[in-house]
Amino acid sequence: MFKRLADSGKSVALTVDGRPVDCRAGDTVAAALLAAGVDRCRTTPVSGAPRGPYCLMGVCFDCLVTIDGVGSRQACLVPVREGMAVETQSGRREAGR
Amino acid sequence: MTQASDLAAHYDLVVIGGGPAGLAAAAEAGRAGLSTVLFDENPGVGGQIYRAITSTPVADRAILGEDYRAGSDLVAEARTGGALIANGATVWSLDPARLVGVSIAGQARLIQAGRVIVATGSLERPFPIPGWTLPGVMSAGGAQTLLKAQGLVPDGRTVMAGGGPLLWLLAAQILRAGGRIEAILDTMPRRNWLRALPHLPDFLLSPYAAKGVKLLREVRARVPVIRVAELEAVGDDRLREVSFNGRRLPADLLLLHQGVVPNVNLAMAAGVAHEWNARQLCFQPVLDEDFNSSVPGIAVAGDGAGIAGGTAAAERGRIAAVAAIRALRPSAPVPDLQIIRQRLQREEMGRSFLDWLNRPADSFRQPEGDTIVCRCEEVTAGQVRAVADLGCEGPNQMKAFMRCGMGPCQGRLCGLTVTELIADQRGTTPAEVGYYRLRPPVKPITVAEFASLPIAEGERLAVEN
Amino acid sequence: MRAMSEEYDVAVVGGGLVGAATAWGLAREGCRVALLDEGDRAVRASRGNFALVWVQSKGIGLAPYSAWTVRSSNAWAGFADLLRDETGFDVCFQRPGGFHLCLSDKELETRANALKRLHNQPGAVDIKSEILDRTQLIKMLPDIGPDVVGASFSPLDGHVNSLRLFRTLHTAIAARGVRYLPSHRVEAIAQEGGTFRLATSQGEIRAGRVALAAGNANMRLAPMVGLEAPMRPERGQIVVTERLRPFLHHPTGTLRQTDEGTVMMGDSHEDSTDPSGLTLGVSAKIVERALRAFPLLAGANIVRTWSAIRVMTRDGFPIYDESESHPGAFVVCCHSGVTLAANHALTVAPMIARGALDKSLVAPFSARRFYVQATG
Repeated sequence: MFKRLADSGKSVALTVDGRPVDCRAGDTVAAALLAAGVDRCRTTPVSGAPRGPYCLMGVCFDCLVTIDGVGSRQACLVPVREGMAVETQSGRREAGR
Repeated sequence: MTQASDLAAHYDLVVIGGGPAGLAAAAEAGRAGLSTVLFDENPGVGGQIYRAITSTPVADRAILGEDYRAGSDLVAEARTGGALIANGATVWSLDPARLVGVSIAGQARLIQAGRVIVATGSLERPFPIPGWTLPGVMSAGGAQTLLKAQGLVPDGRTVMAGGGPLLWLLAAQILRAGGRIEAILDTMPRRNWLRALPHLPDFLLSPYAAKGVKLLREVRARVPVIRVAELEAVGDDRLREVSFNGRRLPADLLLLHQGVVPNVNLAMAAGVAHEWNARQLCFQPVLDEDFNSSVPGIAVAGDGAGIAGGTAAAERGRIAAVAAIRALRPSAPVPDLQIIRQRLQREEMGRSFLDWLNRPADSFRQPEGDTIVCRCEEVTAGQVRAVADLGCEGPNQMKAFMRCGMGPCQGRLCGLTVTELIADQRGTTPAEVGYYRLRPPVKPITVAEFASLPIAEGERLAVEN
Repeated sequence: MRAMSEEYDVAVVGGGLVGAATAWGLAREGCRVALLDEGDRAVRASRGNFALVWVQSKGIGLAPYSAWTVRSSNAWAGFADLLRDETGFDVCFQRPGGFHLCLSDKELETRANALKRLHNQPGAVDIKSEILDRTQLIKMLPDIGPDVVGASFSPLDGHVNSLRLFRTLHTAIAARGVRYLPSHRVEAIAQEGGTFRLATSQGEIRAGRVALAAGNANMRLAPMVGLEAPMRPERGQIVVTERLRPFLHHPTGTLRQTDEGTVMMGDSHEDSTDPSGLTLGVSAKIVERALRAFPLLAGANIVRTWSAIRVMTRDGFPIYDESESHPGAFVVCCHSGVTLAANHALTVAPMIARGALDKSLVAPFSARRFYVQATG
């Protein structure tokens, strides 16, 4: 869906649902997902419909993912960090994680 | 990076939002010696218009344009002014006594402000079409953020739809960056010209006229533009096709945009009075000429005060800051307000023309049937209309009946649509219908963060007695 | 306005849960009903309730209130079924038994004494409540935190989706031909001949009977028909999380997980009648106690708070009354509009339809109890 204009910037390694994904310093988690071709980050807690990042500015809450074990984080507001474990979400979040 | 524990308990001025209005306000206030903190939720300052201005990987200046680069000067000015600039800082509460609730890296603090300038800017108007919740459908603003901040260009079959300056600017930026656009589906009714025309002379005198014409030409030369009266995103688990005028176009990415509206959540939760702007079809705060709101000590500057664009936002931020400086430190030197107001007036000149020309069609603001209105709670237009028919007169009763506006986005993506649907269904006006009542936290905070807030003895007794 | 010339059998004043349940019950009895309500920004307890169908602790100081509550709790499942048959909506009534969690030995002792008093009152009904220590409790609620020392439990306690109940009742009354009239604030009521004339902001409504179900506003309205409704409104705040997977299968008095997955936390009491404000520290205390009760909630996102004005009579017990000076005028007023909804729909409404309250059931709830105390 997206390609990088300039492949500059330091490489940062994270995992998405356990798979290694290479991204760039300066990416938000949402940008890293989209650059890696992951366009679905969760299914909704209401009907289970798939959703992906929509606004990229922190207002729509459609890009919620689990980051390092903490659920329902706004992927578009969180900068990537080396070794970060990102998980896509399925329906309602589990209490306690 | 600033941590929550680094913050003082009190600041003369708290500026909320690091776009042009917030940066200019923080620059003026810092220079005048007010203890000033600017909270911005994003990883870097700039707001949406100057998104990632200090870190963008887009090296070719021609791609994003010279207007974008103007943001650098504002950032430099704010940084030298002496204000503390805290990024990754989410303000989730502001009360009428100017107590500011902020979270940084999972730590919540309450900060007392002498004055507050809310510079939370705008967000894109909801664009509720069938299928707009499918992965692969994004807001144009979202795609622009990816371009500015990460240098990501749409790849594959991209369709853009809607209208308004941002859509055309983004189209040009994508093309300059080597991207491809299959089509632009223009949803703005042709008859908009009739109402825009009387404002054309003013527009021609504004800084936007020449730029706008050039931009349209640049895009139209390379992308087919099709005027559409209906639009649907079609797909199963993601977008597959865009349907319009009885045609179907295969697509990987659909970028939607039909203008921007003030981001009112924080100001409304603080108790700031708002009114319906019938020309811009949105709620905006009631403000005086210094951008002071109905709540003493709280000003709203920038596009949050009513849409006027990035350059105007900075001037508004300066005016609001001068008012704060005069209130808190009357002896401090301040810039000449007269000159700032003149600059602001010039910036605002072409706005009427743009507003009328880019007034979204009723059908794209007041959907029907199964089209989702509230993305969080998945409430449809048909459901909202049916409950309005039951006698539900306003969005707060609608919220109780349907849960629309009760999800994490707190109505940002459905509020205007719900208000307009109720007005349409009941034959009244959005001004009469009103808006959701908003309360803190205006952005979610965790149970642990909330529980860590200070609790006075009287407050404890209200729960444990 | 067509409504101005129309006459109704009953005008119900107040479009919240009490009014809507009463209106539905009246419509089931064949009455032509007008339901008069205020507008979108009205002070509405029904939008801010906690959705418990709650028995334990109700009636300390007035044993018949305990019995009245148990009656409604027992009627609730049937009430929910009737509503589902009429509207297709499931209001998610469940009665798995509920807990009152105690976070200190002192709280547990206070709780035990309160239930003892309830149980020992003359005329008390058995609510099968028991006091559980931590060891017993943790078997039923495995996620409780170390600060929870024990709880009281009653198998009669339950909960419901109260916002869906609100919508369901409005859907049901519309289907039964009840005329819902929003933005019809009642300014004055007069009785002429056998007819009540209600002056509203949008003209006059005429009806043979009038039922005042306007919550705290009954204080203003009741004297218009020769009745009294002494109230002492207070503000409560509620905090709500995002939707979570089911982890809590019983309601507690201050925290419950809804059928939609959100966790509601509540129960504060402030002397305020401003529903638009929010005292952050009070909500923080609510959340702090919730976190101590269930530490696994630490990372859950709070997405909403609200405050609402509790409908509270001066002694906290319901008022059901009929006017002697204005025959055909009734007051239906209580704090627990959810718990007692089944009674209002299935017991009180038929009394109003017949034109007289059944003293054997509701005599203890006359507002005369206030005058007796005042003069005595």
